[in-house]
Amino acid sequence: MSDIRQTAAQMAAALAAGEVTSVQLTQAALDRIAAVDGQVHAFLHVDAAGALEQAAASDARRAGGTALSPLDGVPIAVKDALTTTGMPTTCGSKILEGWVPPYDATVVRRLREAGLPILGKTNMDEFAMGSSTEHSAYGPTRNPWDLDRIPGGSGGGSAAAVAAYEAPLAIGTDTGGSIRQPGAVTGTVGVKPTYGGVSRYGLVALANSLDQAGPVTRTVLDSAMLHDVIGGHDPLDSTSIDQEWPSFADAAREGAGGDLSGVKVGVITELSGEGWQPGVMTRFQESVDLMVKAGAEVVEVSCPSFVHAMAAYYLILPAEASSNLAKFDAMRYGLRVWPEGDAPSAEEVMRATRDAGFGDEVKRRIILGTYALSSGYYDAYYGQAQKVRTLISRDFEAAFEQVDVLVSPTAPTTAFKLGEKLDDPLAMYLNDLATIPANLAGVPGISLPNGLAAEDGLPSGLQILAPALADDRLYRIGAALETLHEREWGGPLLAQAPALVEQTEGETR
Amino acid sequence: MTETLMSYEEALGSYDPALGLEVHVELNTNSKMFCGCPTEFGAEPNTQVCPTCLGLPGAMPVVNGKAVESAIRIGLALNCEIAEWCRFARKNYFYPDMPKNFQTSQYDEPIAFDGWMDVVVEGPDGEPETFRVEIERAHMEEDTGKSLHVGGSTGRIHGADHSLVDYNRAGIPLIEIVTRPIRGAGGRAPEIAKAYVAQLRDLIVALGVSDARMDQGSIRADVNLSLAPAGSDVLGTRTETKNVNSLRSVERAVRYEVQRHAAILSSGRSILQETRHWHEDTGITTSGREKSDAEDYRYFPEPDLVPVAPSREWVEELRGTLPENPTARRARLQAEWGFSDLDMRDTVGAGALGLVEETVAAGAAPQAARKWWLGELARRANEAGVDLVDLSITPADVARVQALVDDKTVNDKLARQVIEGVLAGEGTPDEVVASRGLAVVSDEDALSAAVDKAIADNPDVADKIRDGKVAAAGALIGAVMKEMRGQADAGRVRELVLEKLS
Repeated sequence: MSDIRQTAAQMAAALAAGEVTSVQLTQAALDRIAAVDGQVHAFLHVDAAGALEQAAASDARRAGGTALSPLDGVPIAVKDALTTTGMPTTCGSKILEGWVPPYDATVVRRLREAGLPILGKTNMDEFAMGSSTEHSAYGPTRNPWDLDRIPGGSGGGSAAAVAAYEAPLAIGTDTGGSIRQPGAVTGTVGVKPTYGGVSRYGLVALANSLDQAGPVTRTVLDSAMLHDVIGGHDPLDSTSIDQEWPSFADAAREGAGGDLSGVKVGVITELSGEGWQPGVMTRFQESVDLMVKAGAEVVEVSCPSFVHAMAAYYLILPAEASSNLAKFDAMRYGLRVWPEGDAPSAEEVMRATRDAGFGDEVKRRIILGTYALSSGYYDAYYGQAQKVRTLISRDFEAAFEQVDVLVSPTAPTTAFKLGEKLDDPLAMYLNDLATIPANLAGVPGISLPNGLAAEDGLPSGLQILAPALADDRLYRIGAALETLHEREWGGPLLAQAPALVEQTEGETR
Repeated sequence: MTETLMSYEEALGSYDPALGLEVHVELNTNSKMFCGCPTEFGAEPNTQVCPTCLGLPGAMPVVNGKAVESAIRIGLALNCEIAEWCRFARKNYFYPDMPKNFQTSQYDEPIAFDGWMDVVVEGPDGEPETFRVEIERAHMEEDTGKSLHVGGSTGRIHGADHSLVDYNRAGIPLIEIVTRPIRGAGGRAPEIAKAYVAQLRDLIVALGVSDARMDQGSIRADVNLSLAPAGSDVLGTRTETKNVNSLRSVERAVRYEVQRHAAILSSGRSILQETRHWHEDTGITTSGREKSDAEDYRYFPEPDLVPVAPSREWVEELRGTLPENPTARRARLQAEWGFSDLDMRDTVGAGALGLVEETVAAGAAPQAARKWWLGELARRANEAGVDLVDLSITPADVARVQALVDDKTVNDKLARQVIEGVLAGEGTPDEVVASRGLAVVSDEDALSAAVDKAIADNPDVADKIRDGKVAAAGALIGAVMKEMRGQADAGRVRELVLEKLS
């Protein structure tokens, strides 16, 4: 029997025990998508036929005793920022509407090689620019906890799909928090691996020096198992780290006992105070206390340069993005808009296409980045931002000399209402205050469900950060805290989410 | 639009030219700069492409190690420092044949910098003289695609019906070699520019890092030129002339720009800083785009690539693979060949040093090799308006032609016809001899019959020779050669005539 509420690890075990088939699991996920995605809008594209075909192939392999990986047969959703053969890749933008890439991203290839049927592509802020998924050109995704609220962003689609049981697993991408912040506001788990830990080949770049793909799941172990599949060196990505990684699933299993004896945890002073929602901070403090009770030694750690992280981030990201997005020029693929008048020049076609194809947030960042890189401004903006980046890395280095991991709330608030911050970019940007430093320094981070804020009953998240290459600590300590939490809550946080009303075809919300 | 020009001599009376040369060398690596696509010239359009060199969303570059090796070897051969650590940078601008709308290049951290090359030119006294050209930098970058403008009369973008883009060339590795401003060249500026490019090409050939074909664009020169009032230290406003695709064009383009600048400056107007295009056919330059407003390329380090940090051990290992330095090589070859200084200077100046060397290596005597390349072949190259190296005849072909002369299969006149056939694409020298029936007749009976006929037809002449007036034999030899349509060995004919009339 298939149960969409099972974790991926449970599904994997059921598959191994012959209690369920991949086709059943995949069909159940597709049924759930059909029933609730009209409300949630987590998916931009669902490939039912492809997923079922891959599931049938998985079942055949398993019958022949040749399963490709522990997750062979467990279905997955992929953020629309990763290229996929046989499915469109739009990055949530009109400029790429209908574009079917001729190649798979390395992460996608590894999913296929590990036998995971791919359900479809999930919604995102256009080119991953946003913290609410409202900047998708194809309409927003809604938070399964409250359909009038945002699911976070840019990877709101992947987080919502997992939170709404439309998929047991998803892939996200995190440039400044786009995996972790949606995880926090949807009560799910999201991991940004060490920069270079997961190949970026085929990840449509937002900001190349910050982007990392990673797992989006309901449990720490599921993230670890998925990380084991997608991680590792890729010769097609020059920034990919060439080393052997330990089994993250093993690390998660080791931590699941809930013992934190001997673990030194640092609480980041700068990530608290004004602007942080009281209910979020209360839950955070309770979790810190829980860790102490489980044997952890907790100290306060100052990272003074973190206060400049936001400013540096909003120079580096737009600078890289302005250059990355130049390729969308109507010459080779994607949208082509013909301007008025006879015989327009190539430049006029480019201009008309980019004007029609990019949304306001994308244009805003292209203009910011173009300005920041301009002759005469480079040193003052891009150059200074890179120096801040170095200082932030040094703050991390100093902190990790004292502690094994750092913790903070993942986001300052719970999910806000759709439309609430759409006209206030700065307020929107502040959502990523706590997550951005990890991207600037390339260190790994995980966001865990951290209970519901008292004032609104919505999920909050706790973020754990580890030194570069020490992703295993996230899983070991994350799994321990997850165990402690579930003992407190009597089960996973998501069990407290209101049930979505399943709809049959033709109904609308 | 006709430009006013000042006579070259008058221009030099009032102004000092400053030259700058930017030479792009297309490397002959098997794969492109940042992907595994093949680099073969002349393939069907858009057949040598992949997600990376097409700039598809998500695709990423990986540096071609062989290209880095070639860049370092070029740098070392130009006496440059090799960077211990350098990065690629994005040069951002929109153009339809640029897949990503940025070119991955190097900006303030080139792989090689601060070098020099000594070029040999004719000194004021007519003797060879060495002129040192300082190299500012040599850096790695990728080539763009190629636009083809269809319709319209000019093949240029203006007036075309539509344009096609071939991305096969996109991503081919290039090394851009930039000189420091070359000053003090005076009237020899055109000659120095040509000699620099010629010697640089010889060096590239010797390094074996490029096909080094200017006609196919595997070496492309941009000529920067400015004039300063005679005796002034201040550099004038420069123009950058592109599309200079042969050695003789380098020389002509410099000369033309000197004359054009001088005319403008002497009329009290100022030079517009701009890109200009060289037109091989008409021998003029025309205005391209103005550079001033469009020149902000917003360079920043390429975040998809890690820095290139060649170890000193590797650099030294590569230094060990360098060909002989050009000055030493010239001295050695001159001694080996027994050339006079003048022969040597002409050979180098014609861009024929490597060609003569290869021809000698293929078995020809040095003076014979020089004679072909600087004589008949130089004449034909000049007629066709191409450089010697771009003629469709190989040094091995030339050596074979000389061998055919040496073994008397052909005479000099026939040899020139053999060369004509090879250049016309009729095959190897032996194939041309066979297909055109050019071999001298060595059939003694036929030759003897022709001599007998000439004697019978010219009894008066024959009598004179019988009387001992050997000089008269020329008339009979001429008659025999005419009868044989030139395909006879004149020496053998003479022997036969004298034998029969002794």
